[in-house]
Amino acid sequence: MIKIDAGGSDFRELNEKIRAAEGDCEVVGCLGQRFIGAGMAGKTIRVRGISGNALGAYLNGATILTDGNAQDAVGDTMNAGKIVIRGDVGDAAGYAMRGGAIFVKGNAGYRAGIHMKEYREKIPVLVIGGRTGSFLGEYQAGGRMIVLGLHADGKPVVGNFPCMGMHGGKLYLRSDCKGVVFPERVHTRPATAEDLNEIQAPLEEFAERFGYRFSDLIGAPFTVAVPDSKNPYKQMYVAN
Amino acid sequence: MAVGESCTPMNAFLFWKGLVTEMLKEGQVRIPSGCAIAAVISRDGKRMSGERIIEAMKPMHDRSNGLGGGFAAYGIYPAYRDFYAFHFFFDGRATRKECEAFLKERFEVVHAELIPTRKIPSVTDEPVIWRYFVSPLRSAVESEQVDEREFVVRTVMKINSAINGAYVFSSGKNMGTFKAVGFPEDVGAFYRLEEYEGYCWTAHGRYPTNTPGWWGGAHPFTLLDASVVHNGEISSYDANRRFIEMFGYQCTLQTDTEAITYMMDYLLRRQGLTLGEAASVIAAPFWETIERKTDSDDRRKHLWLRTVFPSLLVTGPFSIVFAFDGGLMALNDRLKLRSMVIGEKGDRVYIASEEAAIRAMEPDAENIWSPAGGEPVIIRVKEGAY
Repeated sequence: MIKIDAGGSDFRELNEKIRAAEGDCEVVGCLGQRFIGAGMAGKTIRVRGISGNALGAYLNGATILTDGNAQDAVGDTMNAGKIVIRGDVGDAAGYAMRGGAIFVKGNAGYRAGIHMKEYREKIPVLVIGGRTGSFLGEYQAGGRMIVLGLHADGKPVVGNFPCMGMHGGKLYLRSDCKGVVFPERVHTRPATAEDLNEIQAPLEEFAERFGYRFSDLIGAPFTVAVPDSKNPYKQMYVAN
Repeated sequence: MAVGESCTPMNAFLFWKGLVTEMLKEGQVRIPSGCAIAAVISRDGKRMSGERIIEAMKPMHDRSNGLGGGFAAYGIYPAYRDFYAFHFFFDGRATRKECEAFLKERFEVVHAELIPTRKIPSVTDEPVIWRYFVSPLRSAVESEQVDEREFVVRTVMKINSAINGAYVFSSGKNMGTFKAVGFPEDVGAFYRLEEYEGYCWTAHGRYPTNTPGWWGGAHPFTLLDASVVHNGEISSYDANRRFIEMFGYQCTLQTDTEAITYMMDYLLRRQGLTLGEAASVIAAPFWETIERKTDSDDRRKHLWLRTVFPSLLVTGPFSIVFAFDGGLMALNDRLKLRSMVIGEKGDRVYIASEEAAIRAMEPDAENIWSPAGGEPVIIRVKEGAY
């Protein structure tokens, strides 16, 4: 692994060094540099320190690993690849992601998975190990979002107003969701065996990466939220 | 950031393109912006130099664009702690003389001096920058039949709205703000902040897309000992301004941050609300969130606050640090459209737009977390320690 010292570099300089490195690299001493790994493919990037906003933006197949927390907009519009975060993530994680997977061991801020989308075989996956802030999955148009609530510290797994504007994809909450208020245009149900089959692979990977047992993860009640196709949005603003 | 009405978007565009050559001052031109904020406070009241807070602004450099930076520092003037410290920008000697004459009609000036600065290439076109440590003349206060703090507020409003070319940008006791057109780290060097020691510091980096003609538009905005640094852009500016101007506040700079500063003064000093209640006014919960509250006293209180002060609800994105004598409050808009992170280490609490900024101040900061939208985080220095 090639070692790159981020100390003192701005984001452009740092990304040029990462791009120029042949093969995998370890970036040490990060302090807020944005867009680390932007658009990159075919390598693993290990990030030490605090990455800046939009870590792995437009990621196109590379794998990014970080032990610390990540700031806002992790995986902004990513297309393929993986981002693995052992700490917490800021707001808007997985913003408009359209492929690949993001695994977060800790908590997520507001608007995780905002405007996630999918097309045919490209189905993005966002897994949050802890709890999330309000507006989870805002305007979700596709993909699978999974919130496990593994260390919720007695707080609600999700904040206010989840699934606002949801019109595609699937949200999984590892909770019976008592007390969670979903919008009218969203249909919720206890997860069926078929629902759970769809998330087996990402949950196995989550368990393996962060040292959990898959059986513990899957062994709790899950709630699934999907858009209610009988109650479409066409009359949301005006009746025409 | 600024919200304007006297200037059309086309004028602002032409100005930006250099096609309107007359320099418009702050308040005559609209300036939308991005911004970065940071703060540190010692709960034990231990004073620290300005070096750390300057470090915090460096990793957030790209959030600003060099058109505004500033700092507020508390506990920096212990030798003059009983006097109001007025920091002034003047456009020249004549204005200073005129303003000084006005000041002396109302205050005893115990000390006046140039604020020390350091010439650096990245901060240019500085106005004349002075500070005055003053004590209100009792006879003048009595003749206006107001209390001393209201008297000071009226003086500041009068100078800022009526004396052309003079601007009071700080008016509290044992605190001061330092702001300029420039990147915040350069502004910190310009004002030699490493030479000051305070128990609380706040900082701001500004990202307007247009150039202000003057330094007054940089943050923090202050009134008495209260100061506001703000990242965001509020869409309720005009509704808020119209309300607050009914009570004698003059929004001279068309900036929403100035309006927030006066709104907080109105709610806290004049209406006697607590910080938490003021937060519930400006970042009020949604009606349906209030409706679902299980604590009926709490529900009634929020209903009351929203009903009595509807014009002081601030909509649009903001994260602010509101600092005052002996403490600070961090607050996000109710939708949380801006980021804000909090951490701590020992007796110090750190707040910033990004965790990286906290790590720049304290690499081993602990308990990093982000408050929810509308959730005030209030830190107070131990009684008697400031």
